[in-house]
Amino acid sequence: MRVGVLCSTKWGTLDMVAQLTTGERQLAIVVLSLVALLGLAMAAAGRADPIGVHGFIVLAICCGLIFVVLGAYYAPEPSPERLEHYYDDPSKVGIVLTMAWAVVGMFLGVWVASLLAWPDLTFDAAWASFGRLRPAHTSAVIFGFGGNALIATSFHVLQRTSRARLPDQFSPWFVLIGYNLFCVVAATGYFMGVTQSKEYAEPEWYADIWLVVVWVTYFAIYIRTLARRKEPHIYVANWYYMAFILVVAILHIVNNLAVPVSFGHAKSYSVFSGVQDAMVQWWYGHNAVAFFLTAGFLGMMYYYLPKRAGRPIYSYRLSIISFWGITFMYMWAGSHHLLYTALPQWVQTLGMTFSLILLVPSWASAGNALATLNGAWHKVRDDATLRFMMAAAVFYGLTTFEGSFLAIRPVNSLSHYTDWTVGHVHAGALGWVALITFGSIYCIVPWLWKRERMYSARLVEVHFWLAIIGTVIYVFAMWNSGIIQGLMWRTYNENGTLTYSFVESMVAMHPYYIARAFGGLLFLMGAIVGSYNIWMTIRGEAEVAPESADLPEPRLASAPGE
Amino acid sequence: MNFDHDTVVGFTKSWGLFYLIAMAVGVLIYVFWPSNLERFHAAKKNILDEDDKPWK
Ligand code: HEM
Repeated sequence: MRVGVLCSTKWGTLDMVAQLTTGERQLAIVVLSLVALLGLAMAAAGRADPIGVHGFIVLAICCGLIFVVLGAYYAPEPSPERLEHYYDDPSKVGIVLTMAWAVVGMFLGVWVASLLAWPDLTFDAAWASFGRLRPAHTSAVIFGFGGNALIATSFHVLQRTSRARLPDQFSPWFVLIGYNLFCVVAATGYFMGVTQSKEYAEPEWYADIWLVVVWVTYFAIYIRTLARRKEPHIYVANWYYMAFILVVAILHIVNNLAVPVSFGHAKSYSVFSGVQDAMVQWWYGHNAVAFFLTAGFLGMMYYYLPKRAGRPIYSYRLSIISFWGITFMYMWAGSHHLLYTALPQWVQTLGMTFSLILLVPSWASAGNALATLNGAWHKVRDDATLRFMMAAAVFYGLTTFEGSFLAIRPVNSLSHYTDWTVGHVHAGALGWVALITFGSIYCIVPWLWKRERMYSARLVEVHFWLAIIGTVIYVFAMWNSGIIQGLMWRTYNENGTLTYSFVESMVAMHPYYIARAFGGLLFLMGAIVGSYNIWMTIRGEAEVAPESADLPEPRLASAPGE
Repeated sequence: MNFDHDTVVGFTKSWGLFYLIAMAVGVLIYVFWPSNLERFHAAKKNILDEDDKPWK
C-alpha cells in the first residue's frame, strides 16, 4: 500500500532516488535486503502465527522498495550543487504519508464511533470488532498521522534553524520508511488480534525493537545536524523536537520491556506486573501525551506560527521557561491516570499536584502563541492557515486547563471511566494536534514544492470550518455524555442502591454517540478536502524554477487572503 | 544501604524535590542572565529571514 503511494506521486519517485549518490543507493539496497531477509526469517519461524504474516508483509514491502531503488540505480550521480540546498525530499514524502494516514485513521475513527451507536456495524467479523478497530484508529491517527507530521516538519525546521543541510541522504529515508513500516505492522497486527494490551503501546516485541532502531537513527540525525549547524544558537523549536525524540525513546524502551514466548511467536509477557505494571504503563501513557502529542507539536508551533504571521515569537524567554517547565513536570504527572487504585496514595497525590502545576508552563506556551498574534489579528481573520494555528493554541490552552482540572481527585472520581476523558482527549487531539498540523502543512506545502500558494485558498477555508465545527460537536457531545454517565453511575435511591442500571446509562448515551460520529465525520471530510487541495497544489506548476531559490517567499508570510 | 521501599520513597521525597528546585533555579538564571538577552532577541528574529539556503 505504501509503495503504491510512493510510486504514483507526480514529482517522481525516480527523481528522488536519482538524488541519492551511488553509495547511498547501494546502502539502500543492502539495508533493504537485510530487512527483507529478516522478514523472511520471521515468516519461516512464525509459520501460522501472526508474526509469520508480518514476516511476509515486511518481505513484500522491502522487495517493492528494492525495485524502486533499482529503477534509478543507473541514473547519473546527483550534481554537487544539491549540497547548496536543504534536503527536503523525505519531508515531502512524509507530508503525503501524513495526509494518507489522516484519512485512513479518521475513517477508522468514524467507524468505531458508529459502532458505539450502531453495534451491528461490526458485521460479525473478528477483525472488525471494536477491540481491534479502536487501537487501529488510535495508532493510525497518533502514530501514522501525528508521527509522520512530526518527522516531516522536524527535518524541515531543523535544517532551517541550524542553517545546515541534513548530514546524509540515506538516514532520513531510513527513519521515514522504517517508521511507516512500524505503523503498518502495528495496524495489520491489530486486525489479526496481536496486542500486548498496553494502551498506545499495543504493538508486540518485534515491532517495538524495530522502532528502537529507527528512533535511535532519528535522534542521531538530529545530533549530527546540530553538530554541523552554522547558527550558533539552537532555536527553541529544536529543543521541543529533541525532547520529543529523546523522551519517547526512553518511554518506549522501558514500557515495552517484555519476554517473548519464543522467537517464532508474536506474544510476549511484560516484565512488570500488578500495580508496577500499571504505573509504568501510565508513566508511559501520560508522557506519550506530553512528549509525542505536545512537545513535538509545540516545536511545530514555535516555528510555523511566527513564520506565517511574519512576527517573532512574543517572548523568547518565556518559551524557554515553558520548555523546561513542561519537561521537568510532565514526568511526574502520570499517576493521575490511576487515582483511586491500588497505587500508593502519596504517588497519586504527587501526580495530582504536578498536574495542577503543569497548567503554568502550558498556558505560558498557549499565551505566548496568542500574544505573538496580537497586532496581527487582521491576518488571522483573512488567512485560514494562520487561523488554524491560532485555534490550535486556543484548544491547547483549553485542553490543558481541563486536564489539570480532571486530575483533581474528586473531579476524577466523576470523570474517570466516562466519556468525559474521551472529550478531553479529542479537544487535545483534534483541536490542538490536528489543527496545528494542518496549519503547518498548509504553510510548508507551497514552500517545499515551490508554489506561490495553495491550489485553493477557499478549500483551506472550507477545511478550517469543517474541522472547527466537527471538533466542537464532538467535544460537546462527549462532555454531556460523560457527565451524565458519571452522574448516573453514582446516583443512589433512598434504599441505598443504585438508581440506574448500567444498561440504562448506555441507552442514555445513544444520542450523544450519534452526534459524536457526525462531528467526527465532518472532521474526516475536512481532512479529505485538505488532502485534495494538497494533491492539486503538488500537481500544479511550479512558480519558480526549482533550481533558483529555496523559498519561502516573503509575500507568503504576510499576504492576506491565502 | 538496603534498597527497600522506604529507602526509595525517602530518596524520592527529598532529593526528588531538591533537584527539581535546583533545575528550576538554574533555568531561571540562564533565562534572565543579562548578557543572554541579545542572543534571545537575535534567535527569535533570525528565523524570519527569507534566506533559505544552508550557510557556508
Ligand atoms: C496540563 C496538561 C494535561 C493534563 C494535566 C492532563 C490530564 C489528564 C487526565 C487527568 C486524564 C484522565 C485520566 C483518567 O481519568 O483516566 C487525561 C486523559 C487523556 N489526555 Fe490529558 N491532560 C493534559 C493535556 C493533554 C493534551 C494536550 C492532550 C493531547 C492530545 C491530552 C490527551 C489525553 C489522552 C489521549 C488521554 C486519555 C488517556 C486514556 O486513554 O485513558 N491531554 N489527561
